[in-house]
Amino acid sequence: MADENNKNEKELTEEQRMSRRRFIKNSGLAAGGLVVGGVAGGLIPWGGTKHDNKTQNAAQKETRKDYNHALMFFTQAEFKTVEAAVERIFPTDENGPGAKDLGVGYYIDHQLAGSWGFNARDYMQPPFYHGEKSQGYQGRMRRREIFRIGLKEMQNYSQSKYKKNFEDLTEDQQDKVLKDFEGDKVNLTTISPSGFFDMLRSSVLEGAYSDPLYGGNKDMAGWSMREYPGDQMGYTNIIDKDFQKIKPQSLQDHM
Amino acid sequence: MVKKLPKVDVVVVGVGWGGGIIASELTKKGLKVVGLERGAERHTEDYYMVHDELRYALRYELFQDLSKETVTFRNNEKIRALPMRQYGSFLMGDGLGGAGVHWNGQTFRFLPYDFEIRSQTVDRYGKNKIPKEMTIQDWGITYDELEPYMDKFEKMAGISGEENPLGGKRSDKYPTGPMKHSPQMDMFEKAAKKLNYHPYTAPSANLSEAYKNPDGIERAACQYCAFCERFGCEYGAKADPVVTVIPVAQKTGNFELRTHSNVRRILHKGGKATGVRYIDTTTDEEIEQPADIVVLTAYVFNNTRLLLLSGIGTPYDSSTGTGVIGKNYAYQVSQGGATGFFKNKKFNNFAGAGALGMEFDDFNGDNFDHSDLKFIHGAGIRLYQSGERPIQNNNIPRGTPTWGKEFKQNSIKYANRTLKIAAQGACMPHQHHFLDLDPTYKDNYGDPLLRMTFDFENQERELAKFMAQKCTEVMKEMGADHIDTMQELGPYNITTYQSTHNTGGVIMGDDSGTSAVNNYSQMWDMDNLFVVGASSFPHNSGFNPTGTLGGLAYRAAEGILKYHKSGGQLA
Ligand SMILES: Cc1cc2nc3c(=O)[nH]c(=O)nc-3n(C[C@H](O)[C@H](O)[C@H](O)COP(=O)(O)OP(=O)(O)OC[C@H]3O[C@@H](n4cnc5c(N)ncnc54)[C@H](O)[C@@H]3O)c2cc1C
Ligand code: SF4
Repeated sequence: MADENNKNEKELTEEQRMSRRRFIKNSGLAAGGLVVGGVAGGLIPWGGTKHDNKTQNAAQKETRKDYNHALMFFTQAEFKTVEAAVERIFPTDENGPGAKDLGVGYYIDHQLAGSWGFNARDYMQPPFYHGEKSQGYQGRMRRREIFRIGLKEMQNYSQSKYKKNFEDLTEDQQDKVLKDFEGDKVNLTTISPSGFFDMLRSSVLEGAYSDPLYGGNKDMAGWSMREYPGDQMGYTNIIDKDFQKIKPQSLQDHM
Repeated sequence: MVKKLPKVDVVVVGVGWGGGIIASELTKKGLKVVGLERGAERHTEDYYMVHDELRYALRYELFQDLSKETVTFRNNEKIRALPMRQYGSFLMGDGLGGAGVHWNGQTFRFLPYDFEIRSQTVDRYGKNKIPKEMTIQDWGITYDELEPYMDKFEKMAGISGEENPLGGKRSDKYPTGPMKHSPQMDMFEKAAKKLNYHPYTAPSANLSEAYKNPDGIERAACQYCAFCERFGCEYGAKADPVVTVIPVAQKTGNFELRTHSNVRRILHKGGKATGVRYIDTTTDEEIEQPADIVVLTAYVFNNTRLLLLSGIGTPYDSSTGTGVIGKNYAYQVSQGGATGFFKNKKFNNFAGAGALGMEFDDFNGDNFDHSDLKFIHGAGIRLYQSGERPIQNNNIPRGTPTWGKEFKQNSIKYANRTLKIAAQGACMPHQHHFLDLDPTYKDNYGDPLLRMTFDFENQERELAKFMAQKCTEVMKEMGADHIDTMQELGPYNITTYQSTHNTGGVIMGDDSGTSAVNNYSQMWDMDNLFVVGASSFPHNSGFNPTGTLGGLAYRAAEGILKYHKSGGQLA
């Protein structure tokens, strides 16, 4: 099976898409017994002809408007700052698009508008005490509040240091501001500068690499850059092989 | 007003691995069992959109909702315990199947040494090898006694594997053959053999082939889909209580499952459990379920917490080392590893399965001489390929920037050019590591949260450092161009994921003065109360816990059936 390595990308992708019949054959699942799996129960997660047509139409998508790209939480002004900051954290380069073009700003906006922004599944009961680092976040503020204050403080710091808004600074100056937040060099009474920076940084990675359904990773370009195939049905055919480049798929491809 | 229901033979609290096994074994023998599970029901069909890293791995879709209940934590008794407000170090299961839904399926057996750790350590190295505050004790059962039950668990789950050359004696081989080997596993195997170690394909609950188990349950083979740990399996290929033991219990007609049922107290009178009181979380109605036998299978934390809340057993006192409930909380040391960066080799890091890997145990348990070492026990040294998803895995050489241009370039370059060798290190109990009730923080029903007092000690620091060197040697042999080795194990930190291998709190033994349950998981202080789970481990080994836990659950089921017939203490 060594020639597998030489197959082109398209063929391999086809190979990945198993039909129901093929899957059941591969898994050796026979009839009878007490059957429990979803596939055996008549549900095949993905594959089939419908979705093949869809990928062929992918090119046409480019020209369409992205209705997901509007704001739920940030003001226009805040959004400008966010886009400038995320681009410094994950800039455009010869590998491909940076955070701005990947839609990371929209991703963060949408996340802050939802349950994550409200810390809906975190323990937020008082009393609130200052703890050790090993004990984790102990504040009463929710992520959306921290973010909003953090952006404001970034503007204040940029103004006091360079007399300009963050988004109008040179790249080096922007990096300096971000570094000062990262290293807690900024004196704030409201929030932890490094705590805000860490949240910003991790949400950039989330926005660059989560499924495009969340508003970032536009056209799966984040995945393509690092040769990550996204959401494939399985890798039985390549797990024992050398590196294979596989065209990414998203959850949309399985609808 | 508490609504009182008709009495049943057995009530099981929590329906994950432990609860599922107990329910299936007892209902098969005709006992009427009610299973109370605080979370929702789950099905394989729920996982149609499961290949979503953000939702499942970073937003913790399948885990306990911390806004309702968490634990509090402090590194030592001198500081104030504070709630774990967000997830980090470990992830608690919630809902039908418990953590058995979103586990990896790495299914090991502890070593014979583990079960007799104190006597064997003293025999080989003398009493002074054990520091005064290290409260290790024998388990009250030997490996050989537990072997048939671990075998039973493996056959139920269909574990795929090959024999560990340095493991305990097996009565039978694994029910299914080992998983496929990826190129990096072959590299690890070759390097380990060259260094005269004894690598083997790690035992896996992700099926290597289709399998029909002794209960008649049929499951499909794993597709190496790489969305395993923290995710549910859309193929039913991963052994999970929902696709193994629970349907067996349901088919008997003797099992009544009630989801959204959060148990708050074990009721008891005159030294006997009489049932449990729980809350229907959809209506807030309080309900009493009387039963002849009560079984706690609510994971380490709630097994311990429910006993403390219900006033059963003697709470542990860390100042004197007396009492038992909450004693010997332990964890694991997973930091002592090495990361290798390859300039010219690329791997399918995006592919994998939760339990796909190779391991060797030459430095686990007492498989090596500790005479000149400042620690006992050891670690499994392993290379796993469970699928590197891109948000959580951004591999960059240590000391390089963590954001900006260089970060982007490195993280993209190394995404498929990095391999990791990890040491899963044992963790020894300590007089001042324990679980009790928090004096301040409450759950959403007003009950005190469980408080954890835990840190890494010298034992763990020395162990991690030693193992990191061993991992590095193997990585060198594998030909990495650059290797990052763990330098110092810092203090235990609850914010970074390490493992959900928490142990202790309701430990087993052969003496009611130093342990809470006997080797059938039966409470010394209450004959008709059984507490099943890793809560009964007196220490934690250098392996994942569930293979051993599964064996103990099958043994507990046998004990419950015995007790149901003739009563009394079983050991
Ligand atoms: C991400 C992850 C990966 C893992 N990987 C591995 C691995 O590879 N190998 C391995 O050996 N182990 C692994 N584990 C650990 C493994 O999942 C556990 O050892 C195992 O599931 C424990 O079984 P249990 O029955 O004791 O608890 P659980 O499976 O957690 O079940 C406990 C159940 O009790 C319920 N419950 C709790 N409190 C109450 C209450 N008050 N009332 C009603 N119900 C309640 C919970 O909702 C839950 O459903 C992993 C765990 C996690 C989280
Ligand atoms: S890796 Fe295998 S066992 Fe795990 S979820 Fe995917 S198919 Fe299931």
